[in-house]
Amino acid sequence: MQFISLTLKRVGFGVVLLLIVLILNFFLMHLAPGDIADTIAIDAGGADEEMMDAIRKDYGLDLPIWEQLLKYLAKVAVLDLGYSFYYNISVTDLILERLPATLLLVISAQLLAITVGVVLGVIAARNPQGITSHFVTVLALVGYSAPVFWTGIMLIILFSSILPIFPIGGLMDVSIEREGFAKMLDILHHLVLPSITLASIFVALYSRLARASMLDVLGSDYVRTAKAKGLSEFLVVYKHALRNALLPVVTMAGMVFSGVISGAVLVETVFSWPGLGTLAVQAILARDTPTILGILFFSSFVVVVANLLTDMLYRIIDPRIRTSND
Amino acid sequence: MPDPILSIKNLTVVFKTRSGDVPVIDDVSFSIAPREILGIVGESGCGKTMTSLAIMRLMPEQGKITSGSIRLSGEDLVVASEARMCGLRGNEISMVFQEPMTALNPVFSVGEQIAEVLKTHQGLSNSEAREHAIELLESVKIPLPSQRANDYPHQLSGGMRQRVMIAIALACKPKVLIADEPTTALDVTVQAHIFELLHELRDQTGTSIILITHDMASVAEMAERVMVMYAGRKVEEGPVEEILKNPLHPYTQGLIRCVPHLKETISPERKDLHEIPGIVPPISHFGRNECLFAPRCCFVEDRCLNQRPLDSKRAAKHLTACWQENTNFEKVFA
Repeated sequence: MQFISLTLKRVGFGVVLLLIVLILNFFLMHLAPGDIADTIAIDAGGADEEMMDAIRKDYGLDLPIWEQLLKYLAKVAVLDLGYSFYYNISVTDLILERLPATLLLVISAQLLAITVGVVLGVIAARNPQGITSHFVTVLALVGYSAPVFWTGIMLIILFSSILPIFPIGGLMDVSIEREGFAKMLDILHHLVLPSITLASIFVALYSRLARASMLDVLGSDYVRTAKAKGLSEFLVVYKHALRNALLPVVTMAGMVFSGVISGAVLVETVFSWPGLGTLAVQAILARDTPTILGILFFSSFVVVVANLLTDMLYRIIDPRIRTSND
Repeated sequence: MPDPILSIKNLTVVFKTRSGDVPVIDDVSFSIAPREILGIVGESGCGKTMTSLAIMRLMPEQGKITSGSIRLSGEDLVVASEARMCGLRGNEISMVFQEPMTALNPVFSVGEQIAEVLKTHQGLSNSEAREHAIELLESVKIPLPSQRANDYPHQLSGGMRQRVMIAIALACKPKVLIADEPTTALDVTVQAHIFELLHELRDQTGTSIILITHDMASVAEMAERVMVMYAGRKVEEGPVEEILKNPLHPYTQGLIRCVPHLKETISPERKDLHEIPGIVPPISHFGRNECLFAPRCCFVEDRCLNQRPLDSKRAAKHLTACWQENTNFEKVFA
């Protein structure tokens, strides 16, 4: 019961946050010089003042700004994000078409990064002076300092050109029509390099964090108690220590989720992955304002949802948070 | 005296430090009979805790047992395999730690933490282990045990947590329970309850208890026999009444003088608290062939600085490691 009311409260905060993002985006758009009328006029090769006014009236740009804002918000409330005249399709449809590819990439990269990062971190913490520990340190440094697009290109050169085992880019092989399981396998095959590229930065982050937090936990009194109970080394490390050591990792995962999405823009561009990232780049180049705004809105939506999930997960792992804040 | 359940002979534990290997436990021998309560007393850093961790084979990585034996019902734990130790820990020998606030895992309920040890050593099923865990909570006098079993450590008070620790330690009815300063972090009233509980449980289960403490008053209350340690060495050992009445080692005498009401008679001259002047020697001095207490001792003579005093028997069960034949603190401290 308490869990539900708390969840509702968090959802409420999330909605308020999204509203603020929408309003900020709206005003940012208005701060930028030029509007749709200018773009249409340029595309048409020029227009007179009268025609410009007509276009502005068509798009509701002659109304007072607060009225425009209310109209915009009312439309967003029913998920109408406007119309992209570059793609000739409604922005909502456009985004929903591209969103699954981005979510697939972002989530698989995050899961990969967390799993690999935590495993490396734990191994390193169990033997802090050992070779794995040094390997993790070096990996962290390289992974974190190498730009994503560079890592991506290097992987393409290695595994698509020199050793051609993975496709260069794209979501699937469009030359062959595939259905069901075969199609899924093909998408997974295409997913390998982009998700490794995107995960590379975060593996570094998570492994360092997991190592530090695991070292801390392994020295704690309750780990000694677990040993004194006669539990095997494996149970002591993976049952008693790891669950406590995961808490900071979960927090970090929620915090960097927005970073993952912005990182995805670069990775999607390198691998021509048909997700929101490539869409954003194309929309910016085309000055397709409604699409850009729509993407901004959806990215913030995804970040808010991710944070909400992190919060819930945190509660499941740590009973101390479950019972406080009531 | 019946055959000892646990007997430690010439145990030496060496620590690797920057200034070389240092014996933090230096040739210590003692034993404990079934159902007996032995107190180990000394200041911080004298090797009490290290002795207990050595018995459990849970010493920090830089520590190593270099000689001696630890026999639990005849089996030498020094040479036992790690797998065998896992089978013994929590089952035949268990330990209660000093800090009840941090010694329990915060993310598991206390019922689970008790049940775990039963599942590990007795192969009980989940529901059997839970049922037994609730009985154990009841035996350590936790009210509403079936509800408390679902509580997490942060929902319990320090005294309650220490009771849970005791329940975990006694779950498999071990032969030996090592209680490392079990009440140091608790209120005095709670301390009395915990001691009472330990006494009762000893009577019920027949477990031998090693009580590690820095407080002579706790020893007087709990133990039947006492061993005093200083700088990794045993300096005196004997029955509690004997040691309290007739302490032979100047260090033991000092420890007793630190407790105001231990001796019933408080005369106007004995109203003040006393301290032992000086501090414990630095770890680099450990293992020298001299009496390590000499710099703080008022009976010091040449011999003390040149040769380590060995255990000498002064009465039937009373051993001390001191060169002096007649030390009488009343004379010196008065």
